[in-house]
Amino acid sequence: MTRRARLWVLLAGGAGLAALLVAACLRLPHFGGKSHPYGDRAVHASLARQTANTISSVNFDQRAFDTLGEMTILFSAVLGCVILLRQTHDEHRARPEPAEVAPPVRRYALVVLPVALLSGLYVIAHGQLSPGGGFQGGVVAATALHLLYLGADYAALERIRPVGAYEVADALAASGYLVMGIAGLIGGTAFLANTLLPYGTFNTLSSGGTVPLLNAAIGMEVAGAVVVLLARFLDQAVEIEEESGT
Amino acid sequence: MRAVMDVLPYLVAAWVFLAGCYGLATSRNLIHAVGCLSVCQVGTYVLLLSVGYRDGATAPVFSDVKPGSRPVVDPVVQALTLTDVVVGATVTALLLALVIQVAKRHGTLDPDELSELRG
Repeated sequence: MTRRARLWVLLAGGAGLAALLVAACLRLPHFGGKSHPYGDRAVHASLARQTANTISSVNFDQRAFDTLGEMTILFSAVLGCVILLRQTHDEHRARPEPAEVAPPVRRYALVVLPVALLSGLYVIAHGQLSPGGGFQGGVVAATALHLLYLGADYAALERIRPVGAYEVADALAASGYLVMGIAGLIGGTAFLANTLLPYGTFNTLSSGGTVPLLNAAIGMEVAGAVVVLLARFLDQAVEIEEESGT
Repeated sequence: MRAVMDVLPYLVAAWVFLAGCYGLATSRNLIHAVGCLSVCQVGTYVLLLSVGYRDGATAPVFSDVKPGSRPVVDPVVQALTLTDVVVGATVTALLLALVIQVAKRHGTLDPDELSELRG
């Protein structure tokens, strides 16, 4: 099929889909309406279990089993990337040349690095209280480490980032989440049910039962996953070269 | 005006989704195509968040809001959006890894030039 014919087929299909979507939008409950039965029940359940951040409560208490699935998607995607981006037999590793960094960039990166890392850990630790949580904080903490690549060079980044250790941390955190679920079974309730630990005092770090623990496991898993992913992509860009010619 | 505002966010979501589909189908570069897929997915974030909105409501986080003092938006769709973002990021990473392999093995990023089978 020529590009032109393909475009016409696309436009016909797109127009049909657009008409159906608009028809569906017109029948949806009005934007900003008052009726949110699931939301009201989720807020009620979260407050009953002393979790100030309702979204964390939904993710790590009411839908903890779904988050296990989500974490498995993340884990297997990282595994897939590691396999796809490994060094093949017709490639070799070249030591990256140390690059010149402009002094203001270097100063800024080295000042911001500890602040960004600490903010990441803060966001993970306060996931059950304030906006944020394991997923968001893990990404912040993992990308903070890469400021060293901007501020110094690749060799410096590789010294503070032994990829093997982060792979192990990733796997340990993923199994930690599972172990928390199995602990619920042994404790006589259900898999990943938040009935194992006392709910604590509302709006304190130790509130929410198992929510902070699952949150920390996810934070560690996401941080490990992002570091491993970025390491594989950076390896491709910086170190791995084809053997002959281009 | 009120009638338009009642459905506008849903229409924006549909428009973003269709714009992503158009880019995906007409793309001449695989990296661009992965970007377009992310645009499609952004449409679902807009849809989820607008389904959960409530007039005059604040975020469903009670660390500095007294429970019951103000209406809050629907936390369930916010949690679903978080799941959506995470899955979107991992899928993008996996697809980009595939694109790197395609570029290495076939020496091209144009999907039209990949149509013939090889080896």
